Amino acid sequence: MTDRYLELVCPAGTPAALRAAVDAGADSVYCGFRDSTNARNYPGLNFDPDELRAGVAYAHARGCRVFVAVNTFARAGDPGPWHRAIDAAADCGADAVILADLGALDYAARHHPGLRRHLSVQAAAASALAIRFYQEAFGISRVVLPRVLSVEDVAALIGKIDIEAEVFAFGSFGTMVEGRCFLSSYFTGRSPSCDGVCAPAEHVTYREEDGGLTVRLGAAMMNRFAPGEPGAYPTPCKGRFLARGRPTYLFDEPEALNVVSVLAPLKAAGVTALKIEGRQRGRAYVSKVVAAFRQILDRQAAGAPLPPDVAAELRALAEGGRETLGAYAKGWR
Amino acid sequence: MSSLTLGPLLFHWTPARRRDFYARIADEAPVACVYLGEVVCSKREAWFSKDLPAIAERLRRAGKQVVFSTPALITTEREAAAVRARCDAGDLIEVNDLACVQLLQGHRFVAGPLLNVFNEGALAVLLRLGAVRIGVPVELPAAAIATLARHNSSGETEVFAFGRQPLAIAQRCYHARAHDLHKDDCRFVCGEDTDGLPATQLDGGPLLAVNGTQTLTHGHVVLLDALAGLAAAGVSHFRLSPHAIDMVAVATIYRAVLDGATAAEEGLARLREIAGSIAFINGYLRGQAGMNWRPARERGEALKTMPA
Repeated sequence: MTDRYLELVCPAGTPAALRAAVDAGADSVYCGFRDSTNARNYPGLNFDPDELRAGVAYAHARGCRVFVAVNTFARAGDPGPWHRAIDAAADCGADAVILADLGALDYAARHHPGLRRHLSVQAAAASALAIRFYQEAFGISRVVLPRVLSVEDVAALIGKIDIEAEVFAFGSFGTMVEGRCFLSSYFTGRSPSCDGVCAPAEHVTYREEDGGLTVRLGAAMMNRFAPGEPGAYPTPCKGRFLARGRPTYLFDEPEALNVVSVLAPLKAAGVTALKIEGRQRGRAYVSKVVAAFRQILDRQAAGAPLPPDVAAELRALAEGGRETLGAYAKGWR
Repeated sequence: MSSLTLGPLLFHWTPARRRDFYARIADEAPVACVYLGEVVCSKREAWFSKDLPAIAERLRRAGKQVVFSTPALITTEREAAAVRARCDAGDLIEVNDLACVQLLQGHRFVAGPLLNVFNEGALAVLLRLGAVRIGVPVELPAAAIATLARHNSSGETEVFAFGRQPLAIAQRCYHARAHDLHKDDCRFVCGEDTDGLPATQLDGGPLLAVNGTQTLTHGHVVLLDALAGLAAAGVSHFRLSPHAIDMVAVATIYRAVLDGATAAEEGLARLREIAGSIAFINGYLRGQAGMNWRPARERGEALKTMPA
């Protein structure tokens, strides 16, 4: 891994997506089990232990590592599924588990001390102090940084820690600190933290009314689109609301993160790995995004210019066809 | 006997309003503990930090425990230094970001409701680190609260029982954004809204409130009809979150219901009288969408507080 410009960590929502990511040039893939122990607990996604074992074999045979996300918060009185997920990840030969819950971290550190522990973005460790806390308490080897830091913040933070840092590079992103947002459950009763779902589809309704398309999450209107206006999924932090009497995307516009324009500063900041978001995405999407990033990183490593068509392809894949640097850019706050 | 606490003031009130507020709390409110300190935005601290020692002293003279709350998100050196100074001074701290624990060096602390203590495993870790009271996340249903209370060997479990529930924290300032400003040049517009800035659905229906970098529920959680069940399940502290409403009156109603001097239905009716147009919510406690409101339909209707 040391000869890589930056390690490319790619989403594998299904066994097919795992193979697609590996084939397209992922250095590592991450996936989860088919239950509420992971933060992409959507129908038709995820792995059972046998599928994970086969996925690990496929990846390892091609020099790719597999991380298993067990990154929701265990239910009170019912930690068994979280413990079993960690046991199964170890048993299947995963290279690391990605954890957020203090209880799950504690369990993994005690029962599987030899299994690498990565701190999930859901733990929202946004400072050197917080990261050192998790390092000393649970021996984490890597932190996935919250999407609330500027490139300058990332550089300053990495200078104060001595474990690996992984940052989000591409895909959907919320504007709230991860793992600490209850908006989805406020409207639906189900949350990313506990159920592994944000704005679950069974709570979404679209209706033609007043000459436009209204979209609701639970009972609450998240947006209304005029005829011809492109729609967007009603993730609560991407909704359009009235504030001070004005309709506004109060939290953030529907747009996707893309860090291609700041790869060199992120590398200089000491970042170890780039994470592509999107375990809920299909095999074709994963294939395209991973291949594009593979090409970009290899060019970057060789000091070669980036091919313009690759940048255009990524933009076309972005949510709403719009890209942003999010919090990485100064002034986003 | 369960206690009432007054949570940290989440909103950016003027220094004079803060002083008057806490003076009245000290003299009149039947709360056992008051949390002071800025949780949402460290930029606000300069406005009132010089008043805090006198406010704390007055509350202590009135027999109230004082706990200093710390930021929901610690990212800057300045924020860490402020927390470090508070720890060094020996005050009891409410931790809302685990970065704090690294500064406490074994000192006892209150685990605030913004930490993710969803289960007994996380609870055990925090107790080991020195937590003497555990505030549970607002999202938890009654049965989960009961399970945590049963496992909480510190004996102190706190539930957020009145006010707009904190739903999210961010780096971006939505108050500034709603005024076409940025966080770095925010002009403290959050001070214009004593209870937060309402954000409504496009048709005007209720939705959320924003408070700087924080997002809150539109409705106020009201748990009057659940106090007895939660207390029986082991909840020792009920938190009232400061709002512009008469908080002495709110605390008095909650205390009377806790003491059994006032029936929950009567307490609700009295709260309704002083609450004006404020919407009540309690969905999370029932394991539903947090924005729902369904009071206990009849006297004695049991909440599901049997531990899972």
